[in-house]
Amino acid sequence: MGIELQGITKTYDSKQAPVLSDINAEIQDGELFVIVGPSGCGKSTLLRMIAGIIPISAGVLKINGQVMNGVSPKDRNLSMVFQSYALYPFLTVADNVAFGLKARKMAPAEIEQRVNDALSMVDLTEYRDRKPRALSGGQRQRVALARAIASDSKICLMDEPLSNLDAQLRVQMRAEIRELQRKLNLTLIYVTHDQTEAMTMADHVMVLHDQQVQQIASPLTIYNQPANSFVAQFFGTPQINLLTANTAGTQASPRLTMTNELQLDLDKPLAAGTYTVGIRPNALSCRPVADDDGNATVINVETLGDQTIIEAVLDDDTEVRIVEAGQVHVALAQRVLVTALGPAFIFDETDTLIAEKRGLQDARVVAVN
Amino acid sequence: MLESLPSTKKTQPTSSHEPQAQPQVKSPVASFELRKNDKYYAWLFLGPSLLLLSIFVFYPMLRTLYLSLFLTDNFGEPTVFVGLQNYLHLLKSAPYLASLKATTTYVVGVASLTIVFGLLLAAMANQKLRGIEFFRTIFTATMGVSVSVSAIFWLFMFNPTIGVLNQVIMFFGHQPIAWLTTPGWAMVAVIVTSVWMHLGFTFLLFFGALQSVPKSLYDAADVAGASSRYQFWHITLPMISPTMFFVAVITLISAFKSFGLIDLMTAGGPTNATNLLVYRIYKDAFMNGNYAQASTESIILAIIIALITLIQFKLLAKRVNY
Repeated sequence: MGIELQGITKTYDSKQAPVLSDINAEIQDGELFVIVGPSGCGKSTLLRMIAGIIPISAGVLKINGQVMNGVSPKDRNLSMVFQSYALYPFLTVADNVAFGLKARKMAPAEIEQRVNDALSMVDLTEYRDRKPRALSGGQRQRVALARAIASDSKICLMDEPLSNLDAQLRVQMRAEIRELQRKLNLTLIYVTHDQTEAMTMADHVMVLHDQQVQQIASPLTIYNQPANSFVAQFFGTPQINLLTANTAGTQASPRLTMTNELQLDLDKPLAAGTYTVGIRPNALSCRPVADDDGNATVINVETLGDQTIIEAVLDDDTEVRIVEAGQVHVALAQRVLVTALGPAFIFDETDTLIAEKRGLQDARVVAVN
Repeated sequence: MLESLPSTKKTQPTSSHEPQAQPQVKSPVASFELRKNDKYYAWLFLGPSLLLLSIFVFYPMLRTLYLSLFLTDNFGEPTVFVGLQNYLHLLKSAPYLASLKATTTYVVGVASLTIVFGLLLAAMANQKLRGIEFFRTIFTATMGVSVSVSAIFWLFMFNPTIGVLNQVIMFFGHQPIAWLTTPGWAMVAVIVTSVWMHLGFTFLLFFGALQSVPKSLYDAADVAGASSRYQFWHITLPMISPTMFFVAVITLISAFKSFGLIDLMTAGGPTNATNLLVYRIYKDAFMNGNYAQASTESIILAIIIALITLIQFKLLAKRVNY
């Protein structure tokens, strides 16, 4: 049954544009569903509407087939983990975990049992009598998780739960949350602005931007077939190169000219006009050439050890990012020859993906110098 | 509260840092001069406040203690040393004990009602309602009203014939109340006035405390299934308990010291019903000319306030800190 969002809209002020409009999605039981988008896109608002903390302006929210609009948060039978963890500073770890259970007047023995189970599941048993201020950030995060576990709800909402942790801990907690979700068979709705979290954790990803759903798909589909240039840009580091292209060539051999430097052969002709072509940095390649040769000049080089990110300016002033595997030695101001390997995404003037060219060694996607 | 911890820690390293800093100064003579200068500057900075405190606080305090051990003449000069006789006499005197009792009623009444109503107003002002800013301003307004002005303002309200309170009472067909001339009602009247005066500042403190409780705590409780009443008792109160403790201490002390209000509204009457300790000191010293007794009463009052504050700290501080 899962959770259904049907035309969910949020308007704070009737005179202003909605902050979320017409959100439709279906979240399956037991899946980890990530809502991702840049800050201010309304992803937390959407989560809060699902939780019932803020009212839904229009549309229908169904949980397990039942309409939940207007049902109070406590009757939606879900748990929530907040970005700030929302721990009660005056209560011990165990009391924090027991808070909701006590509020629901559960039997003390049952509370004790659940608190113990939840704490042992997150490895906090020995910290049960500590106050939150005596815990590290990661431990506080675990208390918040334990509280969600103890509620025994099958639906859990998480609002950027890892954004206050350092990078290493974030990677570790990412895996732990995923494991917990599988073990407890939770339906987990997870809000984040971090595309890596979305890519690594999700069964399905909803990309939010400009008050609207941009795409809902599995992480790999989003990476391999981004619905529009925003999605293409949002996923993948470094960012995808978006190049303006015009139709060119003949009916027999149609092609897109991105710049004078890069052209793209097409299988079948496109309507004449302007298109946007996205090529990921690792689908571009460059090699140093003599000073009066090549089609671009290097302006920045970042060496990461396992890969090298090269920024170059094509001769008609278009900037591109290129990722080369391994440690490539390129000097600043070096002349290079940039070639494209594919895949490449072609977006039409309404910014919709109309074609993509797969295969890293696609011979038809070549640099024409 | 949490912030205060690191700051106290910080002061220690700086003081223990001084000897380590010494080697940086090249000649021993220079370091000696630096220290001498330090002392000189310390006294220079302390001087003015020490002087003022000595004249207006320390000397009167010691002089009061001194006088409380003597009998005094009409000019306040000590005549016969009596040791603790003044104290023993006072603690057996029925009027003094009555005054002590009245003060207890007044102080407890003022402190508890101020906390209850201050919190109530703050909780109301904390709601997100249209035009609530207006009320937030109005509720703090009593801070800007002086004691004398509010005493006179309330005198008018309590006036038996033209006062608005009796007008309302008579409108509903009841007998008017002689507010300030009946012992029981006079106490009610001064408590009400005092609470009203304390309310502005108390409201401001509570409102600030309520505003600083993170919204997410309530969101989490909503989702967890806690009713709003449960949330008030189990989230709001514990979260604002440090503020409540602070309010309790300052209101209690301030209530003990109420003078202007009593002087203007009842002058300790009727039949000494509102003759609070501070007002009694004033009357004994400057109307009855009994400086020794007034000094003794001052010392006792100081001891009472110190003791109560100490007990408050001991009792509440444990529960309050998190």
